[in-house]
Amino acid sequence: MKNVQFSAKFEFLDEIREFVGDIARDGGFGGKDVYNIQLATDEAASNIIEHAYEGVADGILELSCGMKADAIKIVLIDHGEPFDPASIPMPDLKADLSERKIGGLGIFLMRKLMDEVRYESHPETNSNTLTMIKHKR
Amino acid sequence: MEITVQEFKHCDMITVKGRVDSATAPQLAQALEAANEGGKYKLVINMSELEYMSSAGFRALLAAQRNSKRYNRGEVVMVSVPDRIREALELAGFTELFKTFDDSLSAVGHF
Repeated sequence: MKNVQFSAKFEFLDEIREFVGDIARDGGFGGKDVYNIQLATDEAASNIIEHAYEGVADGILELSCGMKADAIKIVLIDHGEPFDPASIPMPDLKADLSERKIGGLGIFLMRKLMDEVRYESHPETNSNTLTMIKHKR
Repeated sequence: MEITVQEFKHCDMITVKGRVDSATAPQLAQALEAANEGGKYKLVINMSELEYMSSAGFRALLAAQRNSKRYNRGEVVMVSVPDRIREALELAGFTELFKTFDDSLSAVGHF
Protein backbone atom coordinates (compact mmCIF):
# COMPACT_ATOMS: atom_id res chain seq x y z
CA MET A 1 0.00 0.00 0.00
CA LYS A 2 1.23 3.46 -0.85
CA ASN A 3 0.43 6.19 1.66
CA VAL A 4 0.06 9.90 1.21
CA GLN A 5 -1.33 12.75 3.31
CA PHE A 6 -3.31 15.65 1.99
CA SER A 7 -4.52 18.81 3.56
CA ALA A 8 -8.32 18.34 3.61
CA LYS A 9 -9.08 20.90 0.92
CA PHE A 10 -10.97 20.59 -2.34
CA GLU A 11 -7.98 21.97 -4.28
CA PHE A 12 -6.16 18.65 -3.71
CA LEU A 13 -8.87 16.50 -5.30
CA ASP A 14 -6.94 16.57 -8.59
CA GLU A 15 -3.88 15.04 -6.89
CA ILE A 16 -6.03 12.55 -4.96
CA ARG A 17 -7.58 11.31 -8.23
CA GLU A 18 -4.15 11.09 -9.87
CA PHE A 19 -2.74 9.12 -6.95
CA VAL A 20 -5.39 6.37 -7.08
CA GLY A 21 -5.62 6.55 -10.88
CA ASP A 22 -1.91 5.76 -11.33
CA ILE A 23 -2.11 2.75 -8.99
CA ALA A 24 -5.28 1.46 -10.68
CA ARG A 25 -3.75 1.85 -14.16
CA ASP A 26 -0.47 0.17 -13.12
CA GLY A 27 -2.55 -2.57 -11.51
CA GLY A 28 -4.16 -3.36 -14.85
CA PHE A 29 -7.56 -1.68 -14.63
CA GLY A 30 -9.00 -0.42 -17.91
CA GLY A 31 -9.73 3.22 -18.64
CA LYS A 32 -13.40 3.04 -17.65
CA ASP A 33 -12.65 1.37 -14.32
CA VAL A 34 -9.82 3.84 -13.62
CA TYR A 35 -12.26 6.70 -14.16
CA ASN A 36 -14.83 5.12 -11.85
CA ILE A 37 -12.24 4.40 -9.13
CA GLN A 38 -11.14 8.04 -9.34
CA LEU A 39 -14.75 9.21 -9.17
CA ALA A 40 -15.53 7.06 -6.10
CA THR A 41 -12.39 8.28 -4.32
CA ASP A 42 -13.19 11.90 -5.19
CA GLU A 43 -16.71 11.50 -3.79
CA ALA A 44 -15.35 9.91 -0.60
CA ALA A 45 -12.70 12.61 -0.11
CA SER A 46 -15.18 15.39 -0.92
CA ASN A 47 -17.57 14.07 1.73
CA ILE A 48 -14.80 13.99 4.33
CA ILE A 49 -13.69 17.53 3.50
CA GLU A 50 -17.26 18.84 3.43
CA HIS A 51 -18.80 16.96 6.37
CA ALA A 52 -16.16 15.38 8.66
CA TYR A 53 -14.04 18.53 8.55
CA GLU A 54 -16.86 21.04 8.29
CA GLY A 55 -15.55 24.29 9.73
CA VAL A 56 -12.08 22.83 10.30
CA ALA A 57 -9.32 24.72 8.51
CA ASP A 58 -6.38 22.36 9.04
CA GLY A 59 -7.84 18.87 8.64
CA ILE A 60 -5.64 16.07 7.37
CA LEU A 61 -6.78 13.36 4.99
CA GLU A 62 -4.70 10.19 4.92
CA LEU A 63 -4.98 8.15 1.78
CA SER A 64 -3.62 4.62 1.30
CA CYS A 65 -4.00 2.69 -1.90
CA GLY A 66 -2.65 -0.54 -3.31
CA MET A 67 -3.36 -3.65 -5.35
CA LYS A 68 -3.96 -6.99 -3.66
CA ALA A 69 -4.36 -9.89 -6.08
CA ASP A 70 -7.05 -8.76 -8.53
CA ALA A 71 -8.40 -5.90 -6.43
CA ILE A 72 -7.60 -2.32 -5.61
CA LYS A 73 -7.99 -1.23 -2.01
CA ILE A 74 -8.40 2.41 -1.07
CA VAL A 75 -8.38 3.55 2.54
CA LEU A 76 -9.21 7.10 3.61
CA ILE A 77 -8.59 8.12 7.21
CA ASP A 78 -9.73 11.37 8.76
CA HIS A 79 -9.76 12.80 12.28
CA GLY A 80 -12.94 14.80 11.95
CA GLU A 81 -16.54 14.28 12.97
CA PRO A 82 -17.76 10.70 12.50
CA PHE A 83 -19.78 10.56 9.35
CA ASP A 84 -21.24 7.18 8.54
CA PRO A 85 -22.23 6.88 4.88
CA ALA A 86 -24.72 4.16 5.84
CA SER A 87 -26.71 6.74 7.82
CA ILE A 88 -27.37 8.74 4.65
CA PRO A 89 -30.60 7.72 2.95
CA MET A 90 -30.35 6.58 -0.64
CA PRO A 91 -31.40 9.31 -3.05
CA ASP A 92 -34.70 8.79 -4.86
CA LEU A 93 -33.50 8.48 -8.43
CA LYS A 94 -37.03 8.43 -9.78
CA ALA A 95 -38.14 11.67 -8.14
CA ASP A 96 -39.30 14.56 -10.29
CA LEU A 97 -37.01 17.44 -10.99
CA SER A 98 -38.64 19.57 -8.30
CA GLU A 99 -38.29 16.88 -5.64
CA ARG A 100 -34.88 15.61 -6.59
CA LYS A 101 -32.45 15.79 -3.70
CA ILE A 102 -28.78 15.99 -4.42
CA GLY A 103 -27.60 14.96 -0.94
CA GLY A 104 -26.34 11.41 -0.69
CA LEU A 105 -25.54 11.20 -4.37
CA GLY A 106 -21.80 10.97 -3.79
CA ILE A 107 -22.24 8.05 -1.40
CA PHE A 108 -24.67 6.40 -3.78
CA LEU A 109 -22.07 6.63 -6.56
CA MET A 110 -19.34 5.22 -4.29
CA ARG A 111 -21.50 2.20 -3.51
CA LYS A 112 -22.42 1.68 -7.15
CA LEU A 113 -18.90 2.10 -8.52
CA MET A 114 -17.00 0.02 -5.94
CA ASP A 115 -17.56 -3.60 -4.90
CA GLU A 116 -17.19 -2.90 -1.21
CA VAL A 117 -17.53 0.27 0.89
CA ARG A 118 -16.85 -0.03 4.63
CA TYR A 119 -16.83 2.68 7.28
CA GLU A 120 -15.43 2.46 10.79
CA SER A 121 -15.32 5.10 13.46
CA HIS A 122 -12.69 4.84 16.21
CA PRO A 123 -13.55 7.31 18.98
CA GLU A 124 -10.57 6.17 21.08
CA THR A 125 -8.12 7.43 18.46
CA ASN A 126 -10.47 10.08 17.13
CA SER A 127 -10.24 8.67 13.64
CA ASN A 128 -12.62 7.44 10.96
CA THR A 129 -11.70 4.90 8.31
CA LEU A 130 -13.39 4.46 4.97
CA THR A 131 -12.30 1.40 2.99
CA MET A 132 -13.27 0.79 -0.63
CA ILE A 133 -12.45 -2.26 -2.73
CA LYS A 134 -12.93 -2.94 -6.40
CA HIS A 135 -12.09 -6.17 -8.22
CA LYS A 136 -10.95 -6.49 -11.81
CA ARG A 137 -13.54 -8.12 -14.02
CA MET B 1 -11.84 23.94 -15.70
CA GLU B 2 -12.67 26.60 -18.25
CA ILE B 3 -16.08 28.00 -19.18
CA THR B 4 -17.00 29.91 -22.32
CA VAL B 5 -20.41 31.30 -23.17
CA GLN B 6 -21.62 31.72 -26.72
CA GLU B 7 -24.88 33.50 -27.49
CA PHE B 8 -27.25 32.23 -30.14
CA LYS B 9 -30.51 33.74 -31.25
CA HIS B 10 -32.70 31.40 -29.21
CA CYS B 11 -30.30 30.00 -26.61
CA ASP B 12 -26.88 30.29 -25.00
CA MET B 13 -24.23 27.61 -25.27
CA ILE B 14 -22.06 27.13 -22.21
CA THR B 15 -18.94 25.11 -23.01
CA VAL B 16 -17.26 23.47 -20.03
CA LYS B 17 -13.71 22.22 -20.54
CA GLY B 18 -11.48 20.22 -18.24
CA ARG B 19 -12.52 18.83 -14.87
CA VAL B 20 -15.47 19.68 -12.65
CA ASP B 21 -15.14 18.58 -9.03
CA SER B 22 -15.93 20.09 -5.61
CA ALA B 23 -13.14 22.64 -6.16
CA THR B 24 -14.34 23.88 -9.55
CA ALA B 25 -18.11 23.21 -9.44
CA PRO B 26 -18.83 26.56 -7.71
CA GLN B 27 -17.48 28.30 -10.83
CA LEU B 28 -19.83 26.28 -13.03
CA ALA B 29 -22.74 27.03 -10.69
CA GLN B 30 -21.86 30.70 -10.84
CA ALA B 31 -21.80 30.74 -14.66
CA LEU B 32 -25.19 29.03 -14.79
CA GLU B 33 -26.65 31.41 -12.21
CA ALA B 34 -25.27 34.39 -14.12
CA ALA B 35 -27.01 33.16 -17.28
CA ASN B 36 -30.31 32.75 -15.42
CA GLU B 37 -29.95 36.15 -13.77
CA GLY B 38 -29.35 37.64 -17.21
CA GLY B 39 -32.72 36.27 -18.29
CA LYS B 40 -31.22 33.30 -20.17
CA TYR B 41 -33.12 30.11 -19.44
CA LYS B 42 -32.52 28.16 -22.65
CA LEU B 43 -29.09 26.73 -22.12
CA VAL B 44 -26.98 24.20 -24.00
CA ILE B 45 -24.15 22.70 -21.97
CA ASN B 46 -21.41 21.63 -24.38
CA MET B 47 -19.37 18.83 -22.81
CA SER B 48 -17.25 17.86 -25.82
CA GLU B 49 -14.05 18.87 -24.01
CA LEU B 50 -15.13 17.88 -20.52
CA GLU B 51 -12.77 15.31 -19.01
CA TYR B 52 -14.35 14.68 -15.65
CA MET B 53 -17.40 15.57 -13.57
CA SER B 54 -18.22 14.50 -10.01
CA SER B 55 -21.57 14.80 -8.23
CA ALA B 56 -20.61 18.38 -7.29
CA GLY B 57 -21.02 19.21 -10.99
CA PHE B 58 -24.28 17.25 -11.18
CA ARG B 59 -25.58 19.38 -8.32
CA ALA B 60 -24.84 22.60 -10.25
CA LEU B 61 -26.60 21.24 -13.33
CA LEU B 62 -29.65 20.18 -11.31
CA ALA B 63 -30.01 23.62 -9.73
CA ALA B 64 -29.79 25.27 -13.15
CA GLN B 65 -32.34 22.88 -14.64
CA ARG B 66 -34.77 23.55 -11.81
CA ASN B 67 -34.43 27.31 -12.15
CA SER B 68 -34.54 27.32 -15.96
CA LYS B 69 -37.64 25.14 -16.25
CA ARG B 70 -39.63 27.20 -13.76
CA TYR B 71 -42.66 28.90 -15.37
CA ASN B 72 -41.87 26.94 -18.55
CA ARG B 73 -39.39 29.63 -19.46
CA GLY B 74 -36.68 27.31 -20.72
CA GLU B 75 -34.54 24.28 -20.03
CA VAL B 76 -30.97 23.03 -19.82
CA VAL B 77 -29.88 20.47 -22.41
CA MET B 78 -26.54 18.71 -22.80
CA VAL B 79 -24.51 18.04 -25.91
CA SER B 80 -21.53 15.75 -26.67
CA VAL B 81 -21.48 14.08 -23.27
CA PRO B 82 -18.35 11.87 -23.01
CA ASP B 83 -19.17 8.19 -22.38
CA ARG B 84 -17.76 7.97 -18.86
CA ILE B 85 -19.55 11.09 -17.73
CA ARG B 86 -22.76 9.86 -19.35
CA GLU B 87 -22.46 6.58 -17.45
CA ALA B 88 -22.11 8.39 -14.13
CA LEU B 89 -25.07 10.65 -15.00
CA GLU B 90 -27.11 7.56 -15.85
CA LEU B 91 -26.14 5.88 -12.61
CA ALA B 92 -27.31 8.99 -10.76
CA GLY B 93 -30.60 8.95 -12.66
CA PHE B 94 -29.82 12.31 -14.25
CA THR B 95 -30.23 11.37 -17.89
CA GLU B 96 -34.00 11.45 -17.44
CA LEU B 97 -33.84 15.05 -16.28
CA PHE B 98 -31.86 16.42 -19.24
CA LYS B 99 -32.30 16.07 -22.96
CA THR B 100 -28.99 15.14 -24.56
CA PHE B 101 -27.82 15.71 -28.13
CA ASP B 102 -24.93 14.28 -30.10
CA ASP B 103 -23.94 17.49 -31.86
CA SER B 104 -24.25 21.17 -31.06
CA LEU B 105 -26.19 21.98 -34.22
CA SER B 106 -29.12 19.81 -33.18
CA ALA B 107 -28.86 21.00 -29.56
CA VAL B 108 -29.05 24.65 -30.58
CA GLY B 109 -31.75 23.78 -33.14
CA HIS B 110 -33.86 22.30 -30.33
CA PHE B 111 -34.72 25.82 -29.15
